[in-house]
Amino acid sequence: MTPSTITGPRTGDAATELLAADPAAAQQRGRRTRLRPRRRLGTIALFLAPALVLFGLLVITPIVVAGYASLYKWNGFGLPENFVGVDNFTRAFGDPTFLGDLWRAFVLIGMSLLIQLPVSLGLAMLLNQKLKGRSVYRVIFFAPYVLSEVTTAVLFTLVFSPNRGLGDTLSQWLGADAGAIFADPDTVLFALFLVISWKYFGFHMILYLAGRQGIPAELSEAATTDGASAWQVFRHVTLPLLGPTIRISVFLSVIGSIQLFDMVWVLTGGGPIHASETMAVTMFDRGFRRFEVGYASAISIVMFVLSFVFALFYQRFVLRRDIEGAITTRGVQR
Amino acid sequence: MTAHLSRRTLLGIAGAGAGAYLLSACGSDEPSTPDGPQTINWWHIQNTEPMLPVWAAIAKEYETAHPNVKVVIQPLENEAFKAKLTTATQAGSPPDLFQSWGGGVLKQQVDAGLVKDITADVQPWIGSLLPASVQPFTIDGKIYGVPFDVGMVGFWYNKDLFVKAGVTATPTTWAELLTTVSTIKGKGIVPMALAGKEKWPGHFYWAYLAMRIGGLGALQQAAKDNNFDTPDFIAAGQRLKELVDLQPFQKGFLGAEYGSPDGQAATMGNGGAALELMGQWAPSVQASSSTSKKGLGDKLGYFAFPAVDGGKGTVAEAFGGGNGFVVGKDAPASTTDFLKVLLDAANQRKSAATGAVLPTVKDAADAIKDPNSKVVAASLASATGFQLFLDQAYPPAVGQQVNDSVAELIAGSKTPEQIVKDITKVAKSQ
Repeated sequence: MTPSTITGPRTGDAATELLAADPAAAQQRGRRTRLRPRRRLGTIALFLAPALVLFGLLVITPIVVAGYASLYKWNGFGLPENFVGVDNFTRAFGDPTFLGDLWRAFVLIGMSLLIQLPVSLGLAMLLNQKLKGRSVYRVIFFAPYVLSEVTTAVLFTLVFSPNRGLGDTLSQWLGADAGAIFADPDTVLFALFLVISWKYFGFHMILYLAGRQGIPAELSEAATTDGASAWQVFRHVTLPLLGPTIRISVFLSVIGSIQLFDMVWVLTGGGPIHASETMAVTMFDRGFRRFEVGYASAISIVMFVLSFVFALFYQRFVLRRDIEGAITTRGVQR
Repeated sequence: MTAHLSRRTLLGIAGAGAGAYLLSACGSDEPSTPDGPQTINWWHIQNTEPMLPVWAAIAKEYETAHPNVKVVIQPLENEAFKAKLTTATQAGSPPDLFQSWGGGVLKQQVDAGLVKDITADVQPWIGSLLPASVQPFTIDGKIYGVPFDVGMVGFWYNKDLFVKAGVTATPTTWAELLTTVSTIKGKGIVPMALAGKEKWPGHFYWAYLAMRIGGLGALQQAAKDNNFDTPDFIAAGQRLKELVDLQPFQKGFLGAEYGSPDGQAATMGNGGAALELMGQWAPSVQASSSTSKKGLGDKLGYFAFPAVDGGKGTVAEAFGGGNGFVVGKDAPASTTDFLKVLLDAANQRKSAATGAVLPTVKDAADAIKDPNSKVVAASLASATGFQLFLDQAYPPAVGQQVNDSVAELIAGSKTPEQIVKDITKVAKSQ
C-alpha cells in the first residue's frame, strides 16, 4: 500500500501542487475539452509569452552566457578571447578549495538530513498536539524563517562576538568558550550548521505541520482502536502519509545547501582559512575579488549541473509518485 | 509537438538575449563639450562622517559655479563598491569618476579601455602633488587617476598599555618587537589586534618583512619574474611565524573584521590591545568604531615598522598606498575640471582637517592637526622608496592569493615554504 493510493484524491500540500501544475499537464486536461484548437493555441501563447520572455532573459540567457564564459580565460573586461576549452573545469577539480567546498556541501547536507529535518518533524508532531498556547509556539518557531539570511548572519555575529557577545558571556558562565566558535577552523562549519538550522527548522516544521493536518483523523483513530501504540501510529500511519511532504522538504534542503551563499558570506566570509567556504563563496571570490570570471563561470556551471542533475533524478525516482503527469514522467500514467 | 515549439522558442530567446548583451557592450556615446549640460556620476567610498559631507559640499559648490553641470554622488561602502564597480565595468559602463587605489586593478581597467588617459588634462597642476602618491596611478608613463589621500603603514600603539607593561622604548628591530610582545603578553595584556576575517591586514606583516629583508628591489623583481619562491620571501614567512608562535593576537582574531564594533580597530580604540599594524587611517577608524567614539586620543602613538637584522631594506622605505579617483571612458568633458577643483589646496585642506585624509597636495600639509598623522606625513615625505600595498600593486588574483596565503600562515595551516609556492603558482598562471 503506497501512500499515493491512500491519499488518492487528496490534493496534497502546496509544494507538490505547485510541482504538478506544469503546462504539459494542464494541456492534457485541456485537450479533452476540445475547444477550437487554433484559438486555444493563440491564447496559450499570449498568456505564456511574458513568463517565457522573463524566463528566457533571466534564467536561460545567464546560463548560456556563463557556459560560454566558462570556456575562456577571461578577467571580465571586454569580450572573452582566450579560449581554453575545459581547462577551467579541470582546474576546479584540482583546486583544494573547490574540492573542500564539495566535501563541506556533503557534510552540510548530511547534517541537515540527519539532524535538522528530524528535529523539525518532532517539533511539528509536538505542536500538532492539543496544548496551551499552541499557536504562539508555532509563530515563535516560524519567526526565524521570516528574517533575511543577512539579518540572521549579523545577529549571530553579535551573539558570538568574542568577549562582548551574549552567547560568549553565557557560555563562560557554563565554563565553555563559545566566543571563538566562528574563528576556529575546527568548529566553524558546525557553528554555521547551527545557524542554518536555527533559520530553517521553522520552515520545515510548518511544512510537516501542514502535511500532518492533511491526514484524516479517522486513520489514526482506527489504528488506535485496533490497539496500536502511539509510536506504532506514528511509524505506520503518520510517517508514510507524510511521505510527499518529507520528500519535498528533503529536496529543498539539499538544493539550499548546494547554493548556500549570503549567510556564509556575511557570517564568516568562508573563513577562517576556507573552513566554512561553499561553492558559491568560492565562485564570488574568484569572480569578483580575483577577476577570474572564466573560472568563476566554470564553478557556477558545476553548481548548476549538480543542482540540475540532482533535481531531475530526484523528481524522476523519488518524487514520481507525488507528481504523476509532470514533465519528468512524460505524462505516462501508471 | 508543443515541447518542440517551446524549446525552439527558448533557444531563440536565448540567442536574442545573448545578441543584445553583446550589442550593449559596444554602444557609443556622443562627445560632449565643457559648456553643454552634463552629468558627472561620481562613486566614492567615504560613506560615513567625516568625509561624506565634505565631498557633498564640494560638489554643491561646483554645481553652483557651473550651472550646466550636475554631480550625482553615489557613496558606497568599501566592499559594496568593489562588487558594484566590478559589475559596472564588466558591463562596459564604468561611472564617470570613481574610487581607485591604482596598481594592478587599475592596469586591468586600462587594458580593457574602461578608463581615460588624463595625462594632458592634469599636466598643468599634477606637480603640486607628492610624486610618490601619483606613482600607483601612472601606468606606462601615462596618468589615469589622481590621488586625494596617501599614507603608509606602521605600528600604532597604546601608550598607557606600554607603560603598564613596563615597556619604555618603542622597538627598532624585529627581535626587539618580539621581546616587546612577550613582555606585554607576560603582563596579561593582549599585545596585538588583527582582523583575520578580512585577510588584508595580515598581509601587511608579510609584505613589510619581505621589504625589510629583501629591500624594495626584491618585491619589484618578484612582480617582474612572477617568482616569490626566493630565500627572502621564505625568510619573511619565517620571521612572521616567530611572531605568530607568541600568540600575540586577540581572542577570536581569525573571525574578526576590521571596522565592526568588535573588530580590530575597535579592539585598539577600546584599549583592548596594545598594538596594531595599520595605515594612516587607523586613528579615525579606531575613534569611529570605539565605544566612546573618541578612540585613544593622545594616548595613541606611532612607530615605523622595525628593521630586520641583516636585511637589505631600510626603515626609511615606506609601504602603503592611497585613495584616488579615476575617470571613466564615457565621462563628460568637465569631469577633469571637477577633479582639478577637488584637488585644489583649499579643498585638500578641508579634507585634511577632518583627520580622515592625509593630503596629497604638498601645500595642504599644514592642515594636518593630529601629531601622529604629522609623523606619518613627514616619514612619507622623506621616504627613500615607496611600495604600494601588494594586494593593489599586483594583478587581483595574485594580490588575493597573497592575502589568502598569509592568512593560512598566520592560522598555522601552511608553512612559509608552502605559501611562496602557492603564490608563485598563481602569479605564473596570470
